[in-house]
Amino acid sequence: MAWLLFVVPLAFALVAFAVPSNRVRAWVVAFAGLVQLPLAALAIQSPHVEGMNGWLVLDSLGKLVLGFTTILFAACALYVPGYLAQMRDGNSRIFCTAVLAFFGVLTLMTETHHLGLLWVAMEASTLFTAPLLYFHRTTRSLEAVWKYLLVGSVGIALALLGCFFLGYAVLHSGREPSLQLSELIKNAPYMSRSWLHAAFIFLLIGYGTKMGLAPMHTWKPDAYGEAPGVVGTLLAGGLTSGAFLAILRSFQICVAAGEGDFARKPMIALGLMSMMVAGVFMARQKDIKRMLAYSSVEHMGILVLGIGIGGAGVFGALLHMVNNGLTKGVLFLSAGNIHRAYASKSTDDVRGALRRAPYSAGLLLAGFFAITGSPPFGPFLSEFTIINAAFVGHRYAVAALFLCMLIVIFIGMGSTVLSVVQGEPGPLPQAPTSKERLSTVAPGFILLALVLLLGIYIPVPLEQLLRAAAATLGGR
Amino acid sequence: MMNIADSLLIVVLLLNFFALGTSRIKGLITGSAAQGIVLGIVALLAHDKFGFQPLLIAAVTLSLKGILIPQMLLRALRDVGIRREVEPLIGLIPSLLLCALGTGLAVLFSHALPLAKVHEGSLLVPTSLSTVFSGFLLLTTRRKAISQVVGYLVLENGVFIMGLTLVHAMPFLVEMGVLLDLLVAIFVMGIIINHIKREFASLDTTRLSQLRD
Repeated sequence: MAWLLFVVPLAFALVAFAVPSNRVRAWVVAFAGLVQLPLAALAIQSPHVEGMNGWLVLDSLGKLVLGFTTILFAACALYVPGYLAQMRDGNSRIFCTAVLAFFGVLTLMTETHHLGLLWVAMEASTLFTAPLLYFHRTTRSLEAVWKYLLVGSVGIALALLGCFFLGYAVLHSGREPSLQLSELIKNAPYMSRSWLHAAFIFLLIGYGTKMGLAPMHTWKPDAYGEAPGVVGTLLAGGLTSGAFLAILRSFQICVAAGEGDFARKPMIALGLMSMMVAGVFMARQKDIKRMLAYSSVEHMGILVLGIGIGGAGVFGALLHMVNNGLTKGVLFLSAGNIHRAYASKSTDDVRGALRRAPYSAGLLLAGFFAITGSPPFGPFLSEFTIINAAFVGHRYAVAALFLCMLIVIFIGMGSTVLSVVQGEPGPLPQAPTSKERLSTVAPGFILLALVLLLGIYIPVPLEQLLRAAAATLGGR
Repeated sequence: MMNIADSLLIVVLLLNFFALGTSRIKGLITGSAAQGIVLGIVALLAHDKFGFQPLLIAAVTLSLKGILIPQMLLRALRDVGIRREVEPLIGLIPSLLLCALGTGLAVLFSHALPLAKVHEGSLLVPTSLSTVFSGFLLLTTRRKAISQVVGYLVLENGVFIMGLTLVHAMPFLVEMGVLLDLLVAIFVMGIIINHIKREFASLDTTRLSQLRD
């Protein structure tokens, strides 16, 4: 079972690579997305999913990430055939193969309990996403992919150094070092403190780079700006959540060592900094996709901030990870549709989207309200939980800053989104490449329905999973 | 045994300075290749007994970091037809001074970290940190895409040295995975380098400046 979860998408990747027809290949992706849903559901329901001598263990935290990334991937997979049909030129072989392989290694990340394997999967995901960013083969996407590769690789290298430091912290105590999570947690109380501290900082910076926390976020606006909408979704909802999971694994070890308080401080600092950077750059942002990238920086900040605040903030952060991932799907998929309907993603050209691409514009607008934390959508609930936890924990300054940034970002993002959807569509600089279709709009509506559901009612199994996961992180 | 390893680590440190001080890309690549070869030997010495796995890891390290990847880079260099300078954003002398400063800080920092008994007096940790720093310096201060890749390679070498302190903890599979990832990463970067050359008729990454806020 544990094997099956990540081997199936990788096998589909091989199939997609072998299939000669562009049309069939796109449907292979859609089919793989649908197959993965029952597989993941089965795995999440079974109490023990293990394999490879304890290298693969699907725990509550892993189940949480696996669950929502699988749903997100299924939505993206359903979007792919309609999207690729609109791309007249080019071969989709690399694209489909890379999408599926990326999802395979993302699944591996959610279930591995070996930090070395987690690292290998993270690096592999970076490499699989590089060709996705370069899909359009323009000079701009070339620049984006170069920055993505270099910044990402450095981050990943630092994370590996952090892993080694962790191992050394155990070695120093005279115990048998192992990078297996259960062993690390068992040995945590005996670890050398200085090595553990250094390890956590390196892991936070390294995986934080992949997550896109400020000030290591520099690749993000470029990469998301040039990536196709569906790739943006996979990055902003999938890859970043995988990186967040890696940080949570490091945090788990710190908590087990009784160093939770040490780890929380830099997380709060990075979290607030990410929100501030996002707030500054989102104001008067003309590029829709870059704006979404900064929104991603903001929400990654909220995630680590929630963990840093602790208590109920952990529950809030985990719930927010799910909410953010699903809402990012709504936003990126609809932004991609609008981009193609106008052959531009700048607010200079894109106006009156409610007339030209009504469904996508509606989705973008609803997604904007959801992501900025307006009720009745899911992110409202999770952000509220985090703010509440900050007040309960007497962190008034943090709570005040958090609220301030939320307002600034609401205004900044709102001005861009509203100028896109409202008004009269003007003349276009280039002929648009496509119109809306059911297949490119429906996935967004499915995701939006889920985000709405999470804001009104959290299903009991999800709540149990969230509580169990929060408990492993020293929260409630 | 440890003494030989330590003298080799000093060679690694000197190669860092060489990489930062050289003005030719070819020299830079050769320097990193030499570093890879030395690291392969150090990897062999770091295991206390000679078995099949240590030998294999050392051989793979040596051939990847010392031969295969530098060959790939040299070929990329030939394909894009540049022979000229490394073109640093900061001069070579300041680079060297920064490297010296970084090495000093690395030594200080590693003194603050307590070492296990087996590693007392060993140069593994300071060399690792200093090499990571030198790699980072190369990566951030060089304009040519190939020089940046070499910077990444040197940075990875530094991380690899730290990994040598844990030869017993690291399962074979992970070690191989790390090396494979490195190879593929450089390969992908090589492909992108070719595209950069084709699109911009240059490898100067300062031309990659269309995307900004």
